Amino acid sequence: MKQKRLVIRSIILVILATAVAYTLYANFTKDNVKAVNVGSKAPDFALVDLNGQKHKLSDYKGQGVFLNFWGTWCKPCEKEMPYINNQYHYFKDKGVQVLAVNIGESDLAVSKYVERKKMDFPNVIDKDSQVQNAYGVNPLPVTFLIDPNGDVVKIHTGALTESMVNEFMTQIQPLKEK
Amino acid sequence: MKEVKCECGHVNPHGTVFCEACGKLTKEQEENKNLLDMRYEGSARRSQTYNKSVIDKVWNFFSSVKVGVWLIVITLSASAVGTILPQEMYIPNTMPASEYYADQYGWMGKLYYQLGFHNLYSSWWYLILIASIGISLVICSLDRVIPLYKALKRQRVTRHEGFLKRQRVFGESPSLNQDEIEDIKQKLVKKRYNVREENGNLLAEKGRFSRWGPYVNHVGLIIFLFGAMLRFIPGMYVDKVLWIREGETKVIPETNGEYYLKNEEFILDIYDKEKDNEAFDKALDRVGMVVKNYQSNVVLLQKEGDTIPGEKPELKKIKEYPIQVNKPLKFENFALYQVDYKLDELSKMSFKLTKKDSDQSLGDITINLIEPEKEFNLKNGYSVELKSYFPDFAFDENQEPTTKSRVPNNPAFVFNVISPENPEGEMSFVAIQQTIDPGEDNLYKMSFNGIETRNVSALTVRKDLTLWTIAFGGLIFMIGVIQGAYWNHRRIWIQQIGGTTWIAAHTNKNWHGIKREIGQLIDGTKLTEPMDQSINEEKE
Repeated sequence: MKQKRLVIRSIILVILATAVAYTLYANFTKDNVKAVNVGSKAPDFALVDLNGQKHKLSDYKGQGVFLNFWGTWCKPCEKEMPYINNQYHYFKDKGVQVLAVNIGESDLAVSKYVERKKMDFPNVIDKDSQVQNAYGVNPLPVTFLIDPNGDVVKIHTGALTESMVNEFMTQIQPLKEK
Repeated sequence: MKEVKCECGHVNPHGTVFCEACGKLTKEQEENKNLLDMRYEGSARRSQTYNKSVIDKVWNFFSSVKVGVWLIVITLSASAVGTILPQEMYIPNTMPASEYYADQYGWMGKLYYQLGFHNLYSSWWYLILIASIGISLVICSLDRVIPLYKALKRQRVTRHEGFLKRQRVFGESPSLNQDEIEDIKQKLVKKRYNVREENGNLLAEKGRFSRWGPYVNHVGLIIFLFGAMLRFIPGMYVDKVLWIREGETKVIPETNGEYYLKNEEFILDIYDKEKDNEAFDKALDRVGMVVKNYQSNVVLLQKEGDTIPGEKPELKKIKEYPIQVNKPLKFENFALYQVDYKLDELSKMSFKLTKKDSDQSLGDITINLIEPEKEFNLKNGYSVELKSYFPDFAFDENQEPTTKSRVPNNPAFVFNVISPENPEGEMSFVAIQQTIDPGEDNLYKMSFNGIETRNVSALTVRKDLTLWTIAFGGLIFMIGVIQGAYWNHRRIWIQQIGGTTWIAAHTNKNWHGIKREIGQLIDGTKLTEPMDQSINEEKE
């Protein structure tokens, strides 16, 4: 009788505590629920760069991809561009590809900006926000690091320093290139 | 834990105030001459009796109604405090919440933010309070409904004298014979009482079902809270805003790129004194402009075939629909609501190329502000190159031209005008209401020649799979309220004791009703009307 009471009470309390714990956990993580998570496959996409060349993410399998989302109006983006450019030159023949996705701006604004800031890496424009939605990008800049298998290994929101860019690119460099 | 055996033979759980079966009071209670507290049929709320393990202690804490009431009071006070300053979702986007509250409201704002009042419904302590109320509901209910159910099930027809005497409605009358008892029994049955007889004693009962009302009500609340919890499960609840310009086609967020929306037109109608009913005239005179309709005419499109993001999708038209306030476009589990708008966003800008000294016009150009062309060829060897474009122009801290956003709120351009005199071109910088000439020696100027605008609709993208659960909880809640409020649990005991007939009655509410019923019952019999003993008790 006493035993039964203890068991029943324990079961009920455990069920209630689980429900509360789940709610609290879900509440704390709800801001981090992203379309793409670390460890998941990077959603494939295909966008055309300013020179008319098509870049399909899955074509870069076997290489690390440094995927950066940016805008011409975004101050921190402006800051990190020269760093990305330097590291792009250093890593471009070492198995790391840079893809910079501008979110929905005009060809003119983007191409003039790219010219002005001397960004040599491929810049694609996500005109109708399809890629932005697929990656759940909201505040800019955001950088996704995609390893040679096509898995996302890191997501960084906010500006980067040059040493971070270097570290990130080293992280996704294919083993045979190291 | 000792169980208590009553002299009637029934074994009661420890802590029982009076016997579940016959109603005989325990020794301590026997000395007390007051009326019985019938609230839980004198049954032992288990929390009051066992207090052994940690589990029992936690259980007993939540089993207390006092604790439950305090939890509700604290939650209500916290909710009230949460309305003093605006919630995070209503503050302007200009600075992060962590700075905004301190900046606007000083140390009080800072504290408000630190304690999580700025986003109350997501504060961990607020959630814990709500969850505790839920736990309290479950445990309080279980702890009371089970003993109550058992006590009511085990009650016998013949009750102990002490029990009858201590009922609020009680009276003694001359003894009745078998026929008279039968007569009263029939009357009770007619009044839809459930009558049980034992050795010439009667127990008439009806509406016991009303006693479960509060517990049914609590089950409803638990389902309601559970429904609210479901919102945290991914895919159950979506609440996003989609800004879409007239003429634009955009993917609808959270649909996995499957659905697209085209905005054909945004309409804002206002009441017109000439056309609308005169009844509105007075109101219109008082307040001026009143909006009659906010409407977005949209086309819902579905992606066909397998394209990956970024590729131009093939879109199939599903339906056209005018979205108005409270008339959302519905598809699958989604609904798109009209929520906001922006009128007259710049979409195109025209300029005239003129010769500075003669104002002679050399041609017009029209720039699409969303996707401007790079070059405009005019006749007679003139052309204009667009060197730079800043949709939302401002000077940055180094006095360099820059853009604050990608929305053409304040477009500015750097033109290069190529003319027969100047095949290399001459540069000029043009922004709204300011032409900043880089050189005095420019021969030509671009002068502003008009704009085209379009409207932007904001639609809420909403999906809520939890609604049915919440509505179901609400329904159960209401059933419980009705069950407890519109029925009364009435019992009448008629017992032959030592040559007299005793009548006692109890109801959980509406004493007037049961007294009136008894009045009708004893009309034309030897029985005298029982007294309401609570009146005497008050006098004493």
